[in-house]
Amino acid sequence: MERQTLTCIRCPRGCQVTVTLDDGEVLAVAGNGCPRGEAYARKEVTAPARVVTTTVPVDGSDGWAVVSVKTAGDVPKALVRSVVSELANVRAKAPVRIGDVVLANVCGTGVDVVATRNAT
Amino acid sequence: MRTEEVAKLADYDVVVVGGGSAGLSSAIAAYDAGAARVLVLERDVRLGGILNQCIHNGFGLHRFGEELTGPEYAARYERALGERPIDVMTHATVLRVVPGQGVVAVSPEHGVFRVGCRATVLAMGCRERPRGALDIPGTRPAGVFTAGTAQHLVNVEGVLPGREVVILGSGDIGLIMARRLTLEGARVRCVAELMPYSGGLKRNIVQCLDDFGIPLLLSHTVVGVEGQRRVSAVTLAKVDDRLRPIPGTEERIPCDTLLLSVGLLPENELSREAGVRINPATRGAYVDDSLMTSVPGVFSCGNVLHVHDLVDFVSEEAARAGGCAARYAMGEGAADPGAAVSVVAGDGVRYTVPSSLHPKTMPEAVTLRFRVTGVREHCRLSAYLGNERISTRRRDIVVPGEMQELKVRADSLASAGGDKPLTVVVEGA
Repeated sequence: MERQTLTCIRCPRGCQVTVTLDDGEVLAVAGNGCPRGEAYARKEVTAPARVVTTTVPVDGSDGWAVVSVKTAGDVPKALVRSVVSELANVRAKAPVRIGDVVLANVCGTGVDVVATRNAT
Repeated sequence: MRTEEVAKLADYDVVVVGGGSAGLSSAIAAYDAGAARVLVLERDVRLGGILNQCIHNGFGLHRFGEELTGPEYAARYERALGERPIDVMTHATVLRVVPGQGVVAVSPEHGVFRVGCRATVLAMGCRERPRGALDIPGTRPAGVFTAGTAQHLVNVEGVLPGREVVILGSGDIGLIMARRLTLEGARVRCVAELMPYSGGLKRNIVQCLDDFGIPLLLSHTVVGVEGQRRVSAVTLAKVDDRLRPIPGTEERIPCDTLLLSVGLLPENELSREAGVRINPATRGAYVDDSLMTSVPGVFSCGNVLHVHDLVDFVSEEAARAGGCAARYAMGEGAADPGAAVSVVAGDGVRYTVPSSLHPKTMPEAVTLRFRVTGVREHCRLSAYLGNERISTRRRDIVVPGEMQELKVRADSLASAGGDKPLTVVVEGA
């Protein structure tokens, strides 16, 4: 049995929700003010995921030194820093268009990193 | 120099001052509402305003039904603008708005010039409260930045402003920068917040601070800054319930950088000079339901009107301002709007936008936007015309950091007359 406490982000109230887990299985959720809090807490303790946004340097652009990028979907929260580390060695080359893949399959997640700004 | 002596470049129906999210949306709406000649004047070298440096996601959930980053959100509006014959001048700083005549501006290409226009939309946005306005004792070394300046350095210039960072103020930009600097390899020691609650959105506290183990110290402030050439340490202290530092609670934190995320101020120098009346509660213009200021033909929208939490609502508000500016320019503005009902911030409400309604000419329904003065649970947001409650909605919780809205229907104001104001309040459920 394991207990995790987290802050629900589904509304400004920010309920402190306590989740009781046994071997990764959610046994109970308490402290949530509404059903949305339970759904949030279940997802957050079993498979927390985030979209990562950062920048990479861009070569050959007259307007931009860096181009902003994001993971095209959620990646596991535990890999957020690894995603940024892997991108530390990546440079983009102008012209870059929004949606261009800057790095495919980052950290083996199956998720691509794509540009979020046009840089010419 | 007198306005008439400045060389005139062209005449327009509507001139929009500022090419950020409010300016883009209002220009598009002005054109779509029938103004054939629309000009956007932007002082930066590119359109998009602050969205260009907001590379995080979460923009556009209301407007587009998806989570975009700031540059992506701006790009959608820039594309829509580009699909219309709307004139854009970047690198053009507006010097003066002359109601009824036009706008005086300066650019490297044209020098000082003016353009004529029948309606003007003020969309200059806001700027960050600087350190000078804050009264922090100590020396004046390098290494003190506003959070937005640091955001520009990292996300646009590709430069890391510091390695060991303390952030004062838990506004959203400060929280976002705590995460951003951490991902870029800096160590964020803590975020200190003067108030007993955060000024930022809950999801930013969780995803920007909790995710990275960055402490949020509520009821704390900076009482000292040390350093000769560069910041070497700051001293924090707890504050009491009257926000005064408590002696004996000081803690010295070695660091090379102090970021300030302590509030945003609408940038209304041009508005004031044009004679626009400013609401001290918002530091933005008093506007009516058409978002027209106290000066006929001058409209205001976005963060120069009141500081928003979400760009989606800036776009929506700006579209209304642009449409109304176009109709004014095309001559419909001459119609008698009839008597105005003033909108008053009552119990628990800090301000409302707009601050007056014209029941005769307003649309079927108008959304009042406002902020509450404190945290309230299980309450109602209500609008009273005299003793009559004409609009109300229940809220589980309201906080000052999240803008509230309440719809008011024109037909419910039918009984309005004389000097009865519409009062917006927070009350028991």
